Amino acid sequence: MGEPFIHLADVRKIYRGRGGDFLAVSEVTFDVDAGELVSLVGPSGCGKTTLLKILAGLHSHEGGEVRIGSATQPFDPACDIGMVFQQPLLLKWRRIIDNVLLPAEILGLPTRASRARARDLLQLVGLNGAEDKFPYELSGGMQQRAAIARALIHDPRLILMDEPFGALDALTREKMNLELLRIWQEARKTIVFVTHGITEAVFLGTRVVVLTAGPARMADNFRVELPQPRTLDVRTSEKFGEYSRCIYRLLGME
Amino acid sequence: MGGNDTLNRYSLAVISHLLLVLAWYLFVELGHVPKFVLPSPMATVQALAVPNYRWVENIFATGAEIFGGYILAVVIGVGIALLFSWFRILEMLTMPLLVSLNMIPKVALGPLIIVWFRYGIGPNMGMAFAICFFPIVLTTVRGLRETEPELLDLVRTLKSSRWQIFTKIQLPGALPYIFSGMKVAAILAVAGAIVGEFLGSDRGLGYLMLQVQVTLDTAAMFMAVILITLLGTLLYGVVLGLERLLVVRDARIR
Repeated sequence: MGEPFIHLADVRKIYRGRGGDFLAVSEVTFDVDAGELVSLVGPSGCGKTTLLKILAGLHSHEGGEVRIGSATQPFDPACDIGMVFQQPLLLKWRRIIDNVLLPAEILGLPTRASRARARDLLQLVGLNGAEDKFPYELSGGMQQRAAIARALIHDPRLILMDEPFGALDALTREKMNLELLRIWQEARKTIVFVTHGITEAVFLGTRVVVLTAGPARMADNFRVELPQPRTLDVRTSEKFGEYSRCIYRLLGME
Repeated sequence: MGGNDTLNRYSLAVISHLLLVLAWYLFVELGHVPKFVLPSPMATVQALAVPNYRWVENIFATGAEIFGGYILAVVIGVGIALLFSWFRILEMLTMPLLVSLNMIPKVALGPLIIVWFRYGIGPNMGMAFAICFFPIVLTTVRGLRETEPELLDLVRTLKSSRWQIFTKIQLPGALPYIFSGMKVAAILAVAGAIVGEFLGSDRGLGYLMLQVQVTLDTAAMFMAVILITLLGTLLYGVVLGLERLLVVRDARIR
């Protein structure tokens, strides 16, 4: 294998506040190959969102090394990152297609090509026919699909997702997990996926990074050797159970 | 079904208004109420026939005060709020001052305004302006602040300019708030203009009311109140129509 797409070595972040310093992230070391889907799993306060923001270039870090891309394929944070949050954060006054186009507008990409691409992406995320609707006309799950399409519009190489399905009901969440796997396979992107759902982390991830809280540090990072493409059957397999139990143990829940 | 519903609602609204007029009529007729205490609906309408009262001229005078003061307040109020959002230091410096100044009962300034500016349409416009300026500033400032921080993260990863954030996210997001302030101010503007006329003026519906008070022409006073109310309703209707046009249904603040 060549150089990894993302390389993190002993990354550490401290928030300095009036009440003293607070260690938000520490001892984070892992590599991600291009095209992987990495799950960051851990309890609240383990620094997973902070880590995501460091990757997005929104936060600085105190120690260690963060490198994305390589000399031959340099990474431009402005146009190579797509973000999805727990809330869809669609602009209420824009139609779905215009919401999807927001990053393209900001980056000044050619309008006509972007429109065509937005239509294709809405098809990809299963929102055909919703282009001219307003966000309030869509369910929470549908809005999140639109948010995923928005994250893909400028064809970024890295998608950062912060508990994207955390606000959805359990059934919709299951469905969106399968949808995400399908979209990931078709779009061929590297995805970093933050969750506190252990089964979700194992089911989606080609790699799982386990973070613990108090103090915030990385407990482990391992590849998930489960067959691709993943189907619901995977969840009942013995290996799936082993991976899940391993994470429970790392989080001190066993 | 939906169309019928709105039709029914409108007809019910018309019926309730007609019933009020009927009750007014019956009360005056059956109760033998003296005309100078409460004129009948017919007597009120007949007051319009008195040429001395110069209804049209007075309507235009009051209308100019209300609309002029109001438009001034919207333009200056929104403008100042925008400056506040661009220059935090200006807000921190000026906002507390505005809050203190807002505690002055604007009506109490009336006699001073007359000393400074004499009386007339201009000073009364100023009164309408003074009374509806603050709610507009306040709601606009609040609306511009209301942007979700994660949405800002999203556009910051795209290295969007401040101007892009403002035009694409902040300003359209603040519109519903601006309109909620404009609706409150629309009602206040009418009160401001009329109080101004009471304190000192040579024309306008409020001025007319003071003139006919001497002769106990209650019917004309009633007519003046109705016309003032209609002017207020017209202004409110225009604002409501603009809101319908500019703000997507779901985003409106009721």
